[in-house]
Amino acid sequence: MTKDLVFITVIGKDQKGIIANISNAVFKHNINIEDLNQKIMGGYFVMTLLADTTDSPITFSQLKEELAQIEARMGLKIQVQHENIFKAMHRV
Amino acid sequence: MEYSLEEVMETVQMTLYHNFDIRTVTLGINLKDCINSDLDVFKKNVYERVSGYGKMLITEAQKLEDKYGIPIINKRISVTPVALIIEACVEPDAPIEIAKVLDKASKDVGIDYIGGYGALVQKGMTRADERIIDSLPEMLSHTERVCAFLNVATTVSGMNMDAVIRLGKTLKEISSMTENGVGCAKFVVFANAPEDNPFMAGAFHGVGEPDFSLNIGISGPGVVRSVVEKNKDCNLTDLSEVIKRTTFKITRAGELIGRELASNLGVPFGIVDISLASTTKVGDSVAGIVEMMGVEKMGAPGSTAALALLIDAVKKGGAMASGNVGGLSGTFIPVSEDSCMNEAVRVGALCIEKLEALTAVCSVGLDMIAIPGDTKAETISAIIADELSIGVVNGKTTGVRLIPVPGKKAGDYVNFGGLLGETYVMEISSFSSHDFILRGGRMPSPITSMKN
Repeated sequence: MTKDLVFITVIGKDQKGIIANISNAVFKHNINIEDLNQKIMGGYFVMTLLADTTDSPITFSQLKEELAQIEARMGLKIQVQHENIFKAMHRV
Repeated sequence: MEYSLEEVMETVQMTLYHNFDIRTVTLGINLKDCINSDLDVFKKNVYERVSGYGKMLITEAQKLEDKYGIPIINKRISVTPVALIIEACVEPDAPIEIAKVLDKASKDVGIDYIGGYGALVQKGMTRADERIIDSLPEMLSHTERVCAFLNVATTVSGMNMDAVIRLGKTLKEISSMTENGVGCAKFVVFANAPEDNPFMAGAFHGVGEPDFSLNIGISGPGVVRSVVEKNKDCNLTDLSEVIKRTTFKITRAGELIGRELASNLGVPFGIVDISLASTTKVGDSVAGIVEMMGVEKMGAPGSTAALALLIDAVKKGGAMASGNVGGLSGTFIPVSEDSCMNEAVRVGALCIEKLEALTAVCSVGLDMIAIPGDTKAETISAIIADELSIGVVNGKTTGVRLIPVPGKKAGDYVNFGGLLGETYVMEISSFSSHDFILRGGRMPSPITSMKN
């Protein structure tokens, strides 16, 4: 079965609890974390999290709304995008 | 992870900071099978077809925006040229009645513009074509969302100068019936109009198209400008390469979203139009790219060469990314819709003659240019003839969207509002073209059209 993979990307000021908050939010909706990458780029905390949403009952817009709350609370920029867009743009 | 953090962040940053978006998804709809000799039945058929598919287009496009995190700015519809479908209607007000139905159907479901009110008259006009042209001033001043077009020339057929004569007068009439002449912003005159163009105001669903066709216009002047900014010191060969690579990426994103949207709507996927299209947003400007390449102001010597390099690189990157490149696929240089173009006009760097030269390398014509309200009808016709000749002789699409602004003279400021932007009225030559234009007839097709 093909997986429904999404990238959750986070940009913002480094602070305690970013990964904890996001992983908690995705776990709550039965989303599995497949991979996680983070580093400091140009003074900003940058993270990409690859998540498998195949078994999750929620829609893209519901996941976005959930993460938007963390975004507002912690002053971050969080994007949710299906993996296919990265495959199209970065793989021939 | 299959993708590096840098690759993922490149896409994210394009969207967040460089205005990367899908500029338009335009659903082409055939209306020929809606025709009925009873105008009321005909109108009902058109309303149901347009509003039904329009509603689906909006819903499905919204879902893909959520899925891919790439904004789809405009959701639009193009229809069969209205001159073709009103042929059998004897009621004198049939063209306007159909336009009002298209307007209402669009408004009811949230489609911002619907294109196709027009005709193809490059060799001559049918009675229905004439009715459409005659109705343009009333139609454009009594509807909000309906866009009009007229194709008056092709490389194969030459240019219908009788139609061009009429258009000078028609534009003045449209202008006098709408505030600041803004009705003219919804009307394009073409040479070699493509049948699958997704961009307004000139979109229509051509007769060679299937019942439905989903066409997509990608965009990213902001993205291209940012890569040019990052490559300040490289030579023009290398600059062309980086622009090509960037365009490849954004075209692939457009193709992905276009195909998926077409499949979700259950309609055939048409084309990706790879035109760079400016918006009024600061930084989202084609002139801004030319200036970032090292030309002080758009219009200064070097602008045409810079634009030629830009559009060539865009085409090469786009053609590698999609097997279905179509529509206009040029580079738009609308004056009022591009903040850097506007500034160039304000400071005197850019005049209409230089704009005409720029369109020789980029398409898509003299676009969104405000001219003095007292410009003579024959002079407007002559400007149209000049621009369309470039298209006819070079075998490419050129269009004209001129706005004579009532009561304004060269240098005056005018605001058209919203997406249509703001601009300064351009100076037009005061020398007369009257005798040349009024000769009328048909300019023959160029020898280069004889290819068989």
